[in-house]
Amino acid sequence: MPQAQVTMDVRRVDDNASIIDIKGELTAFAEGVLMDAYNQASDGRVRAIILNFEGLEYMNSSGIGLLVTLLIRVNREKQRLLTYGLSEHYRSIFQITRLDDAIGIHETEEEAVEATNV
Amino acid sequence: MTEQRPRDAAHWARYSETIRVPETSGTAPNVEGRRMVGPLQGFGKMWQKTYKTRLEGVPVPPAEVVETLKERFPEISGFGEGFRVPDGGLVPGAVALLGGLSGVVVLYADAESFTYMTPEGHPFSGWITFSSYPDGDGTTVAQAQLLIRANDPIYELMMPLGLHKLEDTTWQRTLGRVAVHFGAEGRVETRIICVDPKRQWRRYTNVRHNALLISALHAAAAPLRWIKRRATGTSRTPRTQDQTKGGTR
Repeated sequence: MPQAQVTMDVRRVDDNASIIDIKGELTAFAEGVLMDAYNQASDGRVRAIILNFEGLEYMNSSGIGLLVTLLIRVNREKQRLLTYGLSEHYRSIFQITRLDDAIGIHETEEEAVEATNV
Repeated sequence: MTEQRPRDAAHWARYSETIRVPETSGTAPNVEGRRMVGPLQGFGKMWQKTYKTRLEGVPVPPAEVVETLKERFPEISGFGEGFRVPDGGLVPGAVALLGGLSGVVVLYADAESFTYMTPEGHPFSGWITFSSYPDGDGTTVAQAQLLIRANDPIYELMMPLGLHKLEDTTWQRTLGRVAVHFGAEGRVETRIICVDPKRQWRRYTNVRHNALLISALHAAAAPLRWIKRRATGTSRTPRTQDQTKGGTR
C-alpha cells in the first residue's frame, strides 16, 4: 500500500485544547498518522481537538471519511472537534459532504481556541 | 488567504443546496430537489463495510480497474438498466438514477477512485467509494468501501431483516465480477465495522423523505388520481412539482 504523504504535528494550547497541524495529503493512507496524532492530542483532560488545515494540499473522499470516523471517536470521548485554516475550496467540500453540520469551522487559530472556551 | 486552485479541485462535485436531475421531467421524484446526505445525517448505527479482491497474477494498473468499473458499472454491479448513468458518464456531480426509486450523486472521481453520495429518502445515508491500489507485493486490489447509516427508522428496522445482507451480496458480487472480468480468481474479502453503535434519534423525521414509502403512497393513490381526472375531464400531466425547487448547479 502506498505511504501517507502527510505529517501531523500536535501542539497543546492549554489544559482544554490541542491542535493538530495537518500538512500534505489527506487520503485513506493517512489513517494511521491521523489516529496517532489524535491519541497524542487527546492525552490528559483535553476537551477540544482543533484541526489546522492551513497546510492541506490534497484531500479525496477517503480523507473525508477519515474525518467522519475521527469525529465519532471525538464525540465518544465527549470532546469537540473544530477546524481552522480551510481554504474556500475545502470549505465547499465540508458543505457538500455536510461535515459542516457537525464540525465547527473557524477562520483563525485564535477564533478556534476561543470557541473551545464557549 | 491566497486561493490557489488545489490539485483535487476537478475531482469534487460542486456544492449545491439540492439535487437537480437534468432532463427527467419529474421522473425522479425521490431525487430531484432532495438534499445529499452523508453518514452524519442518517438515523441508524454507522457502518463501515469494506469489500476487496486481489487481482492475483493480473498485471492491470489500478486506473484501468477504476475506468472499467466506471464505464461498465450497471452491468458489473448487476443493477443493469435499473442504474441509469447520465450521458456525460460518472463524473463529479453526475446524478445516476436507481430504477424509479432513488439515485446517487457522484461526489468525487479521480483516476483511481470514485464515490457516490446518497440523497434524502435513499435507504442509506452516506458514501460508497470504489477504488483500486497496488498492495504491498504489487498486486492490484479492487475495493468498495461504504460508510453508511440507515437513513430513517423504517430502513433501520429493515437492516437485520435483509438490507444488510442485500448490501453485502451486491458489493461482493460486484467485486467478484471485477475480478472475473480481468481474469482473476474473484475471492472477495469482507470487513464490517460498526463505527458508531448509537442511533441518532433526533433524525427520526428523515422518514418523511423515505423513497419506498413515498413511492408506495403514490402508487396507492393512483386510482384516486384517475377518478379525479375522469371527474374533471383533465388529462394526465407529468409530475413537475419538484422541478422548481432550486437546483442550483
